[in-house]
Amino acid sequence: MKNEWPLWEIFIRGQHGMSHRHVGSLHAPDAAMAIKNARDVYTRRNEGVSIWVVEANNIAASSPSDKGPLYEPSESKVYRHPTFFDIPDEVGAM
Amino acid sequence: MAAALTQNEALLQFLLRMGDNTLILGHRVSEWCGHAPVLEEDIALANTALDLIGQTQMWLGLAGEVEGTGKSADELAFLRDAWDFRNVLLVEVPNGDFGRTLMRQFLFDAWHSIQLGHLIKSSDERVAAIAAKASKEVTYHLERSADTVVGLGDGTEESHGYMQAALDYLWPYVGEMFASDEVDAALVAVGIAPDPASLRADFDALAGRVLKEATLTIPDSSFGHKGGRNGKMHTEHLGHLLTQMQWLQRAYPGAKW
Repeated sequence: MKNEWPLWEIFIRGQHGMSHRHVGSLHAPDAAMAIKNARDVYTRRNEGVSIWVVEANNIAASSPSDKGPLYEPSESKVYRHPTFFDIPDEVGAM
Repeated sequence: MAAALTQNEALLQFLLRMGDNTLILGHRVSEWCGHAPVLEEDIALANTALDLIGQTQMWLGLAGEVEGTGKSADELAFLRDAWDFRNVLLVEVPNGDFGRTLMRQFLFDAWHSIQLGHLIKSSDERVAAIAAKASKEVTYHLERSADTVVGLGDGTEESHGYMQAALDYLWPYVGEMFASDEVDAALVAVGIAPDPASLRADFDALAGRVLKEATLTIPDSSFGHKGGRNGKMHTEHLGHLLTQMQWLQRAYPGAKW
């Protein structure tokens, strides 16, 4: 019998954060308890205002061995960076 | 009965009851630190213990003010003896297994949340302010302990057995939380605190709903241990707890870090 709780990946949005960030993982029997555990493990020093939890086996991930074909082709394409524009202040964070 | 209590004496007893409940339960829960069955529960229990100790500082701090002899919350916590404590017996019973600890937590949280809900409206602003701060923490404690009681009660045959045994063991300690005496009457008269007996219906509704969902059976007995909240007869366990909790201040009076 499998008696380990499933693994959950935890994402927290900070006080002034724009988006949820991955902060770590923990075990819990279900999603509701995963949120509670995340509250206790990752927000006890006032780190966050919102929690997302995702069961780890629901995350599809790229394979580290595909690193070459996936990412190296973009290394030599500096013209894809929008660094040649002045961004007006009114636009805010991008 | 001795001469009627002054309002100040009654208020002091009430504050000791509140503060000693949170102090002794906070200490008990802290005993799990480093020993809980999984890391996540270990941290959650430590957080709960710290919340309760924080509430103790507020209740016993105010008790020291009301007593008027300049005693700090620390002095009240560490330099009183077992017979001076006014906590209910429920919070001093040993932790037992994890299931019993969580069942005790749930039974206390259920009472605590209802009590604080009334104290927020206390005619004494200091009491109302402490209750407002504590009730946010306790709302979470209750959510967590109730969920765990349901999870384990309505879990495997083995976990169900542990939780039913915990409920059978702890139920006789529930009644004391709702026993009213002259201290309560004095505070009800001036709107500082509710009559404990008046909280029972809400408690029964809340506990009944959660324990039913947990597929647990409330023992059919009205027998109740008492003697904690009036200090007349604590269990033998309180003295053992105090020797651990107080030894440093007793061995090295006034030690600080």
